[in-house]
Amino acid sequence: MNLLAIIGRVVLNTLQETGRLSLFTWHAVSHCFRPPTFGRLVLAQMMRIGYFSLPVVALTTFFTGGVLALQIYYGGSQFNSESIVATIVALGITRELGPVMAGLMIAGRVSAAIAAELGTMRVTEQIDALTTLSTNPYKYLVAPRLIAAVLTLPLLVFIADVIGVFGGYVIGTQTLGFNSGVYIKTTADFLELDDITSGMIKSSVFGFIIALMGCYHGFNSKGGAQGVGRATTNAVVMSSILILASNYLMTSLFFSS
Amino acid sequence: MAPSLFRRNKRQEPMTDSKIILTDVHKRFGSKKVLNGINLSVPAGESLVVIGGSGTGKSVMLKCILGIIRPTSGSIKVDDIEVTKLTGRAQEKVLHKFGMLFQGGALFDSLRVWENVAFGLIQGQGMNRKDAKEVAILKLAKVGLSPDVGQLYPAELSGGMQKRVGLARAIATDPEIIFFDEPTTGLDPIMADVINDLIVESVKDLGATALSITHDMASARKIADNIAMIHKGEILWQGTKDDVDHSGNEYVDQFINGRADGPIQMDVRKL
Repeated sequence: MNLLAIIGRVVLNTLQETGRLSLFTWHAVSHCFRPPTFGRLVLAQMMRIGYFSLPVVALTTFFTGGVLALQIYYGGSQFNSESIVATIVALGITRELGPVMAGLMIAGRVSAAIAAELGTMRVTEQIDALTTLSTNPYKYLVAPRLIAAVLTLPLLVFIADVIGVFGGYVIGTQTLGFNSGVYIKTTADFLELDDITSGMIKSSVFGFIIALMGCYHGFNSKGGAQGVGRATTNAVVMSSILILASNYLMTSLFFSS
Repeated sequence: MAPSLFRRNKRQEPMTDSKIILTDVHKRFGSKKVLNGINLSVPAGESLVVIGGSGTGKSVMLKCILGIIRPTSGSIKVDDIEVTKLTGRAQEKVLHKFGMLFQGGALFDSLRVWENVAFGLIQGQGMNRKDAKEVAILKLAKVGLSPDVGQLYPAELSGGMQKRVGLARAIATDPEIIFFDEPTTGLDPIMADVINDLIVESVKDLGATALSITHDMASARKIADNIAMIHKGEILWQGTKDDVDHSGNEYVDQFINGRADGPIQMDVRKL
């Protein structure tokens, strides 16, 4: 096949997909701010996205904090390591690893679930049925998930930060033999409010990405069970890539000065 | 535009008392033409059944009328309101007139049966849940289901019961227009006849205008006042159900008699 034709097709498909995603995002966001708001649905989604994700996020960040402490201790200078380990664990978890690890775990758990649920609704005509029942699917299905994810992720990441720092503390004091009081004091001395808020702002953006990708791919799935499977995979892959890319951009923005 | 395959068939002129009028409606997905200049009118208070094979554009036509799919060109009027360009509140207002029974039921898995039936009342009309539940139980009774069924989830029901719940949901808001998408597909002949009876009764009780699509001729004969035949995205015949057996149209004859030989050719590739 003609190489130019292939390039042209790829470019056109990319532009078409970008346009479709932009329109979907516009509709989704605009319905978040237009009444009526389905408060009960938002709360239900907050439970599903936040509360039920807590165990997996807690375990992930606890072990991440512990591993970080071990790597800094063994990989770096062991001289004066008590303050270095505590400081780097605290900053690393709150600024980067807490939000990113939580974001990626939730992308796998929640974005996939949203895409599978909405995808099944699409292929079984449940989304069409909503329209015939005078209910806007963007308002009923998409907006509550977006609002819930944007509000819940920062709370979840705050808890993840605490657990991650605690993981570093447990390994530092129980395995590496650091003094408990010194570890806590060093953590408190070096950690600033900006470190925590930057992570929470990031996590809010990650929440938006996770819900948007899940909804977009689920909403546009077609072709039966195979289509739903493809939508689920695409939602997780796209969420993960966008989380990592947006994390880089936000880190550049927040810490460049 | 390419000349019509069915030029010899008389074009349906819109009637003044028509509830729904489609004029020269086209729909294409990429290069694939699905609707190829549909002209159809559904008289108020009557039951029109559109028959036709799979992939001839029946479902797309219904979805165009409901605004779920936008037609590429043409006009669709519901009560003299052009609906092809409607969005937001204006579209929702028109949709209040409709009820629809989907082919697969399209019941919401996450909601109980009574919540499915009451959905249009609660979300669409703002009725409180207690009153809506009472209406839902009444509508379930109307389709022969006991109040206990209302507490179940759709996954716990048989195919026939899901169709009945779908019908109860379609009539819950007392709509002026009801669409039935393949109402008897996947049902045994006895259950299919039960559903047909329920459809006839419900439409008569409500005094509604009904538009059904099906390829089940027994169902079509039972629920129709008028029948139209669609093929390759065009309406090629429309008449009363008594006329369908002597329509003089070879496409209609082949379809209603279920013959493989005739002008309608299936794209079957020999192995």
